[in-house]
Amino acid sequence: MYFSREMQEASLKLSRKWEDNVQKSLKNNPDQKARFTTVSDKEIRRLYTPEDIKDINFAEEIGVPGEFPYLRGNQVTGYRGRYWTFRMFSGMGSAQDTNNRWQMLLREGQTGLSTAFDFPTLMGYDSDSPKALGEVGKCGVAIDTLEDFLALMEGIPMDEVTTSMTINPPATVLLAMYCAAADIKGVPLSKIGGTIQNDMLKEFIAQKTFMCPPEPSVKLISDTVEFCTKSVPRWNTISVSGYHIREAGSTAIQELAFTLRDGIEYVEDVIRRKGLNVDEFAPRLSFFFNSHIDFFEEICKMRAARRMWAKIMRDRFHAKDPRSLWLRFHTQTAGCSLTAQQPYNNVIRTTVEALAAVLGGTQSLHTNSLDEVLCLPSEHAVEIALRTQQILAEETGVANTIDPLGGSYFIEALTNEIEEAAWDYIHKIDDLGGMIAAIEKGFPQMEISEAAYRFQQQLDAGEKTMVGVNKYATNSTHPLPLVDIDEKVSEEQIKRLKDVRRKRDNKAVKKSLDDIRGACKKGDNVMPCCIDAVKNLATLQEICDVYREVYGEYKDPGLY
Amino acid sequence: MPERKIRVMVAKPGLDGHDRGARVLARCFRDAGFEVVYTGCHQTPEQIAAAAIQEDVDLVGLSCLSGAHRILFPRVVELLREKDADDITVIGGGIIPEQDFTMLYDSGIKAIFTPGSSLDSIVEWIKKNINPTSAEFL
Repeated sequence: MYFSREMQEASLKLSRKWEDNVQKSLKNNPDQKARFTTVSDKEIRRLYTPEDIKDINFAEEIGVPGEFPYLRGNQVTGYRGRYWTFRMFSGMGSAQDTNNRWQMLLREGQTGLSTAFDFPTLMGYDSDSPKALGEVGKCGVAIDTLEDFLALMEGIPMDEVTTSMTINPPATVLLAMYCAAADIKGVPLSKIGGTIQNDMLKEFIAQKTFMCPPEPSVKLISDTVEFCTKSVPRWNTISVSGYHIREAGSTAIQELAFTLRDGIEYVEDVIRRKGLNVDEFAPRLSFFFNSHIDFFEEICKMRAARRMWAKIMRDRFHAKDPRSLWLRFHTQTAGCSLTAQQPYNNVIRTTVEALAAVLGGTQSLHTNSLDEVLCLPSEHAVEIALRTQQILAEETGVANTIDPLGGSYFIEALTNEIEEAAWDYIHKIDDLGGMIAAIEKGFPQMEISEAAYRFQQQLDAGEKTMVGVNKYATNSTHPLPLVDIDEKVSEEQIKRLKDVRRKRDNKAVKKSLDDIRGACKKGDNVMPCCIDAVKNLATLQEICDVYREVYGEYKDPGLY
Repeated sequence: MPERKIRVMVAKPGLDGHDRGARVLARCFRDAGFEVVYTGCHQTPEQIAAAAIQEDVDLVGLSCLSGAHRILFPRVVELLREKDADDITVIGGGIIPEQDFTMLYDSGIKAIFTPGSSLDSIVEWIKKNINPTSAEFL
């Protein structure tokens, strides 16, 4: 870092002078708090100087965009050629309701689609299952059969717009529906692009949307990776997700470490089970991070993530293709940072978090709507959230230059510290025998519980602040109009499902389900049979019931 | 009358997996000196009612963030009533719009705690409203 011994001495002298001045000043002007920490409770120093980054080798550890270690970005031209994708996560009620929202968002300048499914769909149950009681269409769109899926994609140019689907246990089924829908619309599989979240490990760790035990869950993921590698080359096969880990209460370091370790587990499984070469499938792996309220910590986390994944792919898996080394990621602003109290303040929180994501170099972004803490977003609220991204991209100038904070003493020092702490976790999980073994021991779950509880205690003690909640609370309210999903949505959805069951060829359905059962038992790839099954109008649950029957069901162990 | 610890069950009805609040509360109740049973996610109202009776708890705390509370919370109260276990107090929390409070209170939910409620306020409410000695002598 220093260019000469004289420079270093001069700098150290100045730093010491400043330290003396601080001690003098503190006598009359004490600090407001004993500890200054990030939202993750990481201590931050008062000042960072060249001393903090003196050991950094610029060429090897920082470098330039598009070159190892990709700290400053994957793309050589940054956001100048293309902004991040404005991708709002949305889904509500019926397929028709969701399609209407999508059309509105595309009209307003959204550049990619992202699907929120309701809980029955996420868990592999049909809308008329007793388990679906009260949940149909509530947290997202209800999809039971290919007919619903076709209604969802009505008027969407599948060869132009990429679609992300937040779907995990039934990811094979939804991917099959996407492929079948493209086929029906005459779009070749080589032309479609999108993402399935398809990350089961973080479900056991944090989001708790699971169906089968970890081992067969990972097998199904490897099936999709193998299938897409051969047949759907533009598909992002897994979105390895830290978002939900963070929302469940983890620290930034835990989010980073557990996510990358999950990624390692998937890469190992595909290589071992499918015999693919790492460079055949690694370029289509993608990631998904949270952008929480602590601005600099988030930027550093994202930068560290890129450098760590590049090292993992190069040193652990010996990948050769540069694209295998790229950590490409979607970001969502932090739902858990929003407050039901004084909800208009959420616009400001989301703006700061979105800015962090952009400065962290995200490829794709969802900005939360101000009312998302209370209900599904209204049209007006989602428009403000989308405009937030457009203002950042096109008015503020923050996208003009790549990694504008790179080289800052603070940013580089914090990036290094976060990376080091994340490696410690990754090594710990390696020692436990990998992520599945760690999950079975409850390790990541209990680490997150501990962090979540600590944050809540600090909030209650006033050591951490949430404006409008534990400070500056007011009685005056400016009520928001809340979106309410009527119970009629459920009745109508169940009626549509029953109509499909009546009119379809039940013999063909039974045969295709038997084929899936056979593939599961033999350990074959389920994807080709899955596509046949959805084309024959087998329901989501019918296919998932086969998985449950063959692989067994996973129940929440209820750790806290 | 002999004092005994308050027995609390934290339960997650429905398919909702948002369990951060439930887990934090389970820890908090444990630290407050209560005996705690946590069901984990994805419980049907029937499972919750049966477990509450079997575990002989004084209180069930339901947590739901998916919007299914209007159907699932009253159902738990109803099932406890059907099994003559309405001495078990049921409270709820999660993403519950204020406009739903009245129907939930009418259905027999005794208190609702939404985001922003401090841990202390919930513990205080339970200590004030649950008398663990009384149930044994009814």
